[in-house]
Amino acid sequence: MSERASVLEVKHLSAHFETEQGIVRAVDDVSFSVKEGETVCVVGESGCGKSVTAMSVMGLVQTDVKGDLFFKGKNLAELSRGDLRRVRGNDLAMIFQEPMSSLNPVLTIGEQIMEPLLVHHPYSKKQARHKAIELIELVGIGRAEQIFKSYPHQLSGGMLQRIMIAIALSCDPDMLIADEPTTALDVTIQAQVLDLLRTLQEERNMSMLLITHDLGVVAEVADFVVVMYAGKVIETGTVHDIFASPKHPYTKGLLYAKPVLGNRTKKLYTIPGQVPNLVDLTPSCYFHERCEHAMDICREKMPTLKLEDRQHVACWLYEKEVKG
Amino acid sequence: MGRYILKRLAYLIPTLIGASILIFFLYSLVPGNFIDGDPNLTAERKAELYALYGFDQPTIVRYFIWMGNLLTGDLGFSLQFQRPVTEVLNNYIWSSFIVAFASLFLTWAIAVVVGVISATKQYSLYDAVITILVFAAMATPSFFLGLIVIKYFAVDLGWFPAGGMTTTGADYTGWEHVKDVLEHMILPVLVLTMLGIGGLTRYFRTNMLEVVKQDFVRTARAKGLKERVVIYKHALRNALLPAITLFSFELPALFSGAIITEQIFNWPGIGAIYMQAFTVRDYTLLMGFTMFIAVLTVISNLIADILYGLADPRVRVK
Repeated sequence: MSERASVLEVKHLSAHFETEQGIVRAVDDVSFSVKEGETVCVVGESGCGKSVTAMSVMGLVQTDVKGDLFFKGKNLAELSRGDLRRVRGNDLAMIFQEPMSSLNPVLTIGEQIMEPLLVHHPYSKKQARHKAIELIELVGIGRAEQIFKSYPHQLSGGMLQRIMIAIALSCDPDMLIADEPTTALDVTIQAQVLDLLRTLQEERNMSMLLITHDLGVVAEVADFVVVMYAGKVIETGTVHDIFASPKHPYTKGLLYAKPVLGNRTKKLYTIPGQVPNLVDLTPSCYFHERCEHAMDICREKMPTLKLEDRQHVACWLYEKEVKG
Repeated sequence: MGRYILKRLAYLIPTLIGASILIFFLYSLVPGNFIDGDPNLTAERKAELYALYGFDQPTIVRYFIWMGNLLTGDLGFSLQFQRPVTEVLNNYIWSSFIVAFASLFLTWAIAVVVGVISATKQYSLYDAVITILVFAAMATPSFFLGLIVIKYFAVDLGWFPAGGMTTTGADYTGWEHVKDVLEHMILPVLVLTMLGIGGLTRYFRTNMLEVVKQDFVRTARAKGLKERVVIYKHALRNALLPAITLFSFELPALFSGAIITEQIFNWPGIGAIYMQAFTVRDYTLLMGFTMFIAVLTVISNLIADILYGLADPRVRVK
């Protein structure tokens, strides 16, 4: 597994937004990589910067993004607008959280599937149409001809998400970024869409960056997990290591907060407190206010990602000099 | 679709009957009429004229006579012009229409382009300059703007004629005549466009700003489409949808004339005739014209609904 080449390497990615309250560091010095055919899950609570990370990789954030984004050896951050456009939807595709609003209400499904095909390939309209019908069938929707002519409002959320997947896969991307693709769907549909994504990914040996807050999804599809908190990566590791021996108190809390079937308790565990306001954070471990192990150093210095056993973790608990 | 249009047409009938009642009685219950306006008439002559024009009948009876005539396409007889109202309207409405149409076309075309660029470059220098210019044009009254334009373009520069619709004394025909009228049109059209463009530009800017924040615009970008395609194909079409309703309000205005602008440029349009008819209490002309606008209004509403159905698949009738 380790000899597989990296498809995407995110290095020191930061995305800051200027607001009236001050600068929001939505993504702060985030680094991780996605290998060929691998699924990397980015997990964390709402507002911890998962989506902004994904959007930044796609260049869809309307703010200054710093850092390097090596995709198949090319640095996306240095590409011209035109070159980046040629990568988007072609080698690197994305699907979003809300399938209902992610498709243009006044254009037919067929038109919207054909668009990336016509932009990135020298297809004729007829070839594109043929390919679009194939794609609709590929994502498991029958009556493809009829769906081709339909408008988004005539389809259900689950079908629309399948259409979004069809659009994303239209140009055989090397990597798919999926930003909470199942959050807005019914539970049964969630499982179907997830299955579909996994099957297609395996068939095509495609890499996937999956943004989610659903640990059930993580356990099912992830190879590698990146845990984010308040715009920073606090722990990374293989899915097995993270679930078997979480290191960071936040990761432990997340796993502990997950309801377990057949284990009814009066009250589900919650991590006390909330994600801190991302404006004007002082150097510290951003989790210290909610951490039961908080020490003096946690309030003064920011821990860095260090290798601990087999995963990386950013926590003072594991720093030798502090412990010693 | 056909059945839907028929149903909508049937709905128009009660609306128009209601409008006719309001229009007729509002004008008829106002004391005095065209004949009372002449102080030199003797009592017998007055009674004679009353009988001639039907003013001696009870108001209710007069309403039904008026309605009956309307149904045959007869809007009544203008006392001031001593001609049928339809003929008077026909004489003046078209000159108003060409000016209104030209300025409507320009206003919408410019407002869409300027609004969209303003929205895509929100808070840029371009956006700020356009906003200031647009508000300045909007805030200037038409009589003032009209006079400034005449002073500058007609008097100082002498580029365009200051008023009227044709050159006095000239007897052009064919293409020459068209050119002459066009030259006279430019200044009134310019003023009307400047007045109308402000609100509409802001409207399109706001609509566009709303739409570019939508998820499907992000999807379009994620597909790797050119920014031009994202804005003009995906965003603009959605931003234009609510404007269809607005556009339907503009259609009757095409025929109703611009009272002040027509006065300033001495343009022989219906706006000026309308004002004149008020001063001499030529109520048949006023009623006929108002009814004509009422019919246009309901029809353009229907057109808006049909257009909406064509443009937006979500409201398309199944």
